[in-house]
Amino acid sequence: MDKLMQKLKEQVIERLNLKDLKPENIGDDDPLFVEGIGLDSIDALELIVLLQQEYNIKLSNAEDGPRVFHSIRTMAEYITANRGAVKVST
Amino acid sequence: MKIYIRSTGNISPQHSLDKDTFFQTRIYNSGDSIRALEPNYDDFVDSKMIRRMSRIVKMGVASAMTCLRDSGLDNPAAILTATAYGCLEDTSNFLRRMIEFEEKMLSPTAFIQSTHNTVGAQIALLLKCHNYNNTIVHRAFSFENALIESALLLEEGIGPVLVGAIDEITVDSHAILRRFGLYKKTAEQSPNFAGEGAAFFLLDREPGADSKSVTLDVETVCNTPNQETASRLARNFLNKKHLEPRDLNLVLTPHTGIKKLDQAGDHLLESVFKDLPHFPFKSLSGDYPTAPGFALWLAVLLLREQKSPVWMGGLKFPLKNILIHNQNGGASHSFILITTV
Amino acid sequence: MKDPVFIAGLGVISAIGNDLPANLHSLSEEKSGIGEMQFLHSDHKGELPVGEVKLSNSDLADPAGLSAKLPRTALLSCVAAREALRDAGWSKTNPLRTGFISANTVGGMDKTEEFFRYFSKNANSGRLAEVVNHECGTITELVADFLSIHHFVSTVSTACSSSANSIFTGARMIRAGYLDYALVGGADALTRFTLNGFNTLMILDRDLCKPFDEERRGLNLGEGAAYLLLASGRGLKELEKKPYACITGYANANDAFHQTASSPEGTGSLLAMKNALAGANLKPSDIDYINLHGTGTQNNDIAEGTAIRLLFDPAFPKMSSTKAYTGHTLGASGAVEAVYSVLAIRHGIIFPNLRWQTPMKELPFHPVTTCLKNQQVRHVLSNSFGFGGNCSSLIFSAA
Repeated sequence: MDKLMQKLKEQVIERLNLKDLKPENIGDDDPLFVEGIGLDSIDALELIVLLQQEYNIKLSNAEDGPRVFHSIRTMAEYITANRGAVKVST
Repeated sequence: MKIYIRSTGNISPQHSLDKDTFFQTRIYNSGDSIRALEPNYDDFVDSKMIRRMSRIVKMGVASAMTCLRDSGLDNPAAILTATAYGCLEDTSNFLRRMIEFEEKMLSPTAFIQSTHNTVGAQIALLLKCHNYNNTIVHRAFSFENALIESALLLEEGIGPVLVGAIDEITVDSHAILRRFGLYKKTAEQSPNFAGEGAAFFLLDREPGADSKSVTLDVETVCNTPNQETASRLARNFLNKKHLEPRDLNLVLTPHTGIKKLDQAGDHLLESVFKDLPHFPFKSLSGDYPTAPGFALWLAVLLLREQKSPVWMGGLKFPLKNILIHNQNGGASHSFILITTV
Repeated sequence: MKDPVFIAGLGVISAIGNDLPANLHSLSEEKSGIGEMQFLHSDHKGELPVGEVKLSNSDLADPAGLSAKLPRTALLSCVAAREALRDAGWSKTNPLRTGFISANTVGGMDKTEEFFRYFSKNANSGRLAEVVNHECGTITELVADFLSIHHFVSTVSTACSSSANSIFTGARMIRAGYLDYALVGGADALTRFTLNGFNTLMILDRDLCKPFDEERRGLNLGEGAAYLLLASGRGLKELEKKPYACITGYANANDAFHQTASSPEGTGSLLAMKNALAGANLKPSDIDYINLHGTGTQNNDIAEGTAIRLLFDPAFPKMSSTKAYTGHTLGASGAVEAVYSVLAIRHGIIFPNLRWQTPMKELPFHPVTTCLKNQQVRHVLSNSFGFGGNCSSLIFSAA
């Protein structure tokens, strides 16, 4: 899980072009949206694409976004729970 | 009603952000293109917003901010942007991914940033400006049409108006334009080269409190049937301002080196603009549709500073009236007159 | 009191009809044009319903004597623009000053997509003829040449508010005395670029859209073109024609909240509507019908609805989104809906918001659900709100 969270931090920084941040600046449980890192709705969509491309998980219901992407840890838990599934519709 | 240019901002292939260096050092093209000298964008935009911005958006925003800082204002009554090509980098990125991934797993950021009004929108967002906002995308006359719309707004009492001209070179766009033969050296043309830039101006019905303002007049004429008509229209434009061609201290011309396209410009230099000091502005900015924005910045600078760059000869001082001529292969022309107050 | 700007001619082509009479017929008969794509070749065929014009490029080009190889946006634009001029009785021998201000967002993208299929693999491949008309401004120039309008030509592109902006730029130029006629409006064809773009934003409905409905799931993309010939008093006299209506109010404001999402309070929308009313010297209670921007997305409809609530409370005029008929025609939408607004005035009809069932819980009003005839429609407010926070509102009034 720790390894996955570390990898996710790197991927999030790269995908969202958060040039000022390093993985160690993002706490496992820091809120990613609104407060904390302060990501927005477009970032949420990019993270949905990240899940698909890197982990083969399709989040077809955008409303689940806030729960899944709340923090790096919730992302990692979601990926761990749904990995291996070719398609997950929620 | 008089229109005043109160301040300017310009990111271009020349030292337009550092006027002392600009007057000393001219930058030349590298092969068939000349790229903009870009500032550190962190000086203009917060990193949270900048991360999503493509190069053209950063250029436009930084140029607009420079212009506003130069005037001391931060809430224009209107924001107008002119761009012929729009946001090419994001357009290409999205297209390429769409094809490569067969319409699956596409990134929204490139699509969102590809719309032509992105630069104007980002400026409004940064300034939290809820006022009038429009984007004009009419090829070689995008900027002139934006100036005309600015004049209309000012006539209605909506001002000051922040108006800008932006176009970029990208790897893809340059490869395509190259294939159209625009930059080839042949017997018929000396080498033309592509350029890019973002030039912004603050226009108002009153001059600023400093003595930096100059006045602006603009006119476009479409579908001129022949070169004699173009010549006559140029003369009429000046006469309306009670000027004769001999009152012009400098004509900035749109010459590209492509003989066929330049013919209309050559004709005016041989007729109405005969024997006047002239300079081809695209030799500094490179060739791109909204290059008249660069020419306007240059004209304002020369009138303000009342001196010549060391690398530009032939000017007699004091400078009072500068004319910018633009045309698109002779079919349509525009004239922009800038005058000291 | 400002000089009136008259509307002397109308032209439109959309998913619900290939000309003005056909559009009016479909509107009155409550016939939507959204369904499966026929001419657009996308991997999303069968998955995403669209409001497609029911003519191939050849069918559009041949009757007009145009090349079927032109970008579809240019073909749509030519058809609708020519109809507006003919409708007004304008001909190229008219001695008065005529301008053409058009809008689009996709330009020649349908052809550029083809080019990139080859170019993206090899920079020397792809036919240059496919990209020569890529620019938005080039489409306008093609149409201006087709119509023989040369005095003043320009192009606007502000996403979904594009053709609302081109309409009032023309009105502005007539009022200022620069033009006697302004042919204004816009066009946009369906492209894979826009279809996929909107799909990445997850705001497309997989079913037929339901604007202003609590259960709405997004928009359907559409295509089309629409133009109005605006005329000064002098211009109208020259045409010897009774005008459809006048354009009496217009305003442009920016939401300045987010690149794509509208502010929850609908700041930009509210400002645009308020300022349009002020410019027209009208009160909210003077408005008989609002043609909503009403895309069917969660975000737009609540933002627009909130702005309407703030401005019109407690008396709400009849309103509907005609995007339930045509889909969201992007750069053409402001003009298509302007034409429908003018038809509402001319014929005293208020068009319904098709497929509406459940009121939005935040709003104390809901749209009209059946076609209402024999209405007194004196003033119509038409909204167009786009990406980049560009919000425009137009007011049309009986002449």
